[in-house]
Amino acid sequence: MNKREFLKDAILFFPAAATLQALAPAAEGKAEPAKTPADYDATKHWYGMGIDVDKCIGCNRCVEACKAENDVPDEPFFFRTWIERYQIHENGETRVECISTRAALPEQAPPEDPTVVRTFFVPKLCNQCAHPPCVQVCPVGATFQTQDGVVLVDEKRCIGCRYCIQACPYGARYLNPRTKTADKCTFCYHRVTEGLLPACVEVCPTEARIFGDLKGKADRLVRFHRVNQISVLKPDLNTEPKVLYAQLDGEVR
Amino acid sequence: MKLPEQVTRLGIVIAAIVAVVLLLRLVILPETLFSARPHQAAAVEREMAKPLRHAGVAVCRECHAEQFELKYGGKHRNIGCENCHGPAASHAADENAAKPPLPREREACLACHGYDSSRPNGFPQVDPLEHRPRKKCVSCHDPHDPVPPKAPTECTGCHGRIERTKAMSTHALLPCASCHAVDERHMTEPRLALPTKPDSREVCGRCHVPGATDPAASKVTVDLTAHGGTYVCWECHYAHLPEGRK
Repeated sequence: MNKREFLKDAILFFPAAATLQALAPAAEGKAEPAKTPADYDATKHWYGMGIDVDKCIGCNRCVEACKAENDVPDEPFFFRTWIERYQIHENGETRVECISTRAALPEQAPPEDPTVVRTFFVPKLCNQCAHPPCVQVCPVGATFQTQDGVVLVDEKRCIGCRYCIQACPYGARYLNPRTKTADKCTFCYHRVTEGLLPACVEVCPTEARIFGDLKGKADRLVRFHRVNQISVLKPDLNTEPKVLYAQLDGEVR
Repeated sequence: MKLPEQVTRLGIVIAAIVAVVLLLRLVILPETLFSARPHQAAAVEREMAKPLRHAGVAVCRECHAEQFELKYGGKHRNIGCENCHGPAASHAADENAAKPPLPREREACLACHGYDSSRPNGFPQVDPLEHRPRKKCVSCHDPHDPVPPKAPTECTGCHGRIERTKAMSTHALLPCASCHAVDERHMTEPRLALPTKPDSREVCGRCHVPGATDPAASKVTVDLTAHGGTYVCWECHYAHLPEGRK
């Protein structure tokens, strides 16, 4: 083989090999159907959660269930969902305390403070905003909204830059120390796509949490939306949260 | 018209460059370089493939129908089994692999039923140090169908917070029944027979008008015709702590 023939063959060989290589996985993919359940159509759902603040007893079961279901680190400062205790005093001062960080139950009931006018628990979680600020700021497109309205984080693409943690107005994200990526509530996506309830809703003893599909006509959440006075957190930010609160006190931020 | 040769050659070269670029863009380079969509689809698939830890009430019911029926007839009807027994998907997959715990210690019940002022009104709560501190809850209450062993006879059994407030006020010595009429049924079905509240100003007037005949008549008197318009007294004054409101 002389030089001229070699160059001719080489020019033909490299693009042909690359083309074949690119075509091979595509052909394989066609032969083997995707792993997603065929009967699940994400475009037919628009998930949301209703929270009846009047019913929450602050038992923390949802927090424990969430940690067990989603492998959230055990340390008491990593949460996908958490409970806040609000105490509104006579002088208008509002005190907020996260009760999910405590290690054990208090021995005795906490002492009564006579200056407290109102006090209640508020469960918090990712609001699964329809216009999520965290998605806008992600520099690598690792966090995104699915067609059924859930905001997810792609663990393989996230670079752990923490922009989304800063951007979330609800403080719903944290950096998972194990994967070194941002982590947040997924509405238990692996459960709801199978028709199950999220773990926190499954264990809530007083039905303070209601999970549903805002596209479903006769859905529980749609009814919850209709019969209750609904508020969302920080409505002025136009994030359009899909976590709907009923009987929410005006002091809750 | 025949094109000059150099134009044809140039055209061939340009066509070849265009073809190579199109080949690169459409076939050789993967779509993941240009769009986040394939990454996201893969991430959704990974998310959906994550393992379940909680089986759900419906699965528990398949084997434990008896406990489910008992629970469903009682006050705990809406509580999922895994609330107390912990995540049980592994037990549902293989019943011998992992037995869910049977919580029998007091803390398991007190997580919900220990007194906490932030809990909603009317939710059944006990003060852990006052309510049989050494006994296990399950020795008197069946957790699947919890009812008090006997109906409370004193108002303070449930309304301890109001009683404690009242004890600090000038109304400390007034029994609850002096203002509220309480139906017998309220002791067993509290929500179905609510106690009354005073519906007229005369109830407070028994003690609080000048020259009242009641032996416990108060020194704080007020002319009912001139004071407060048509409101019932408790709409402005909190009768359990009358001096506590500004």
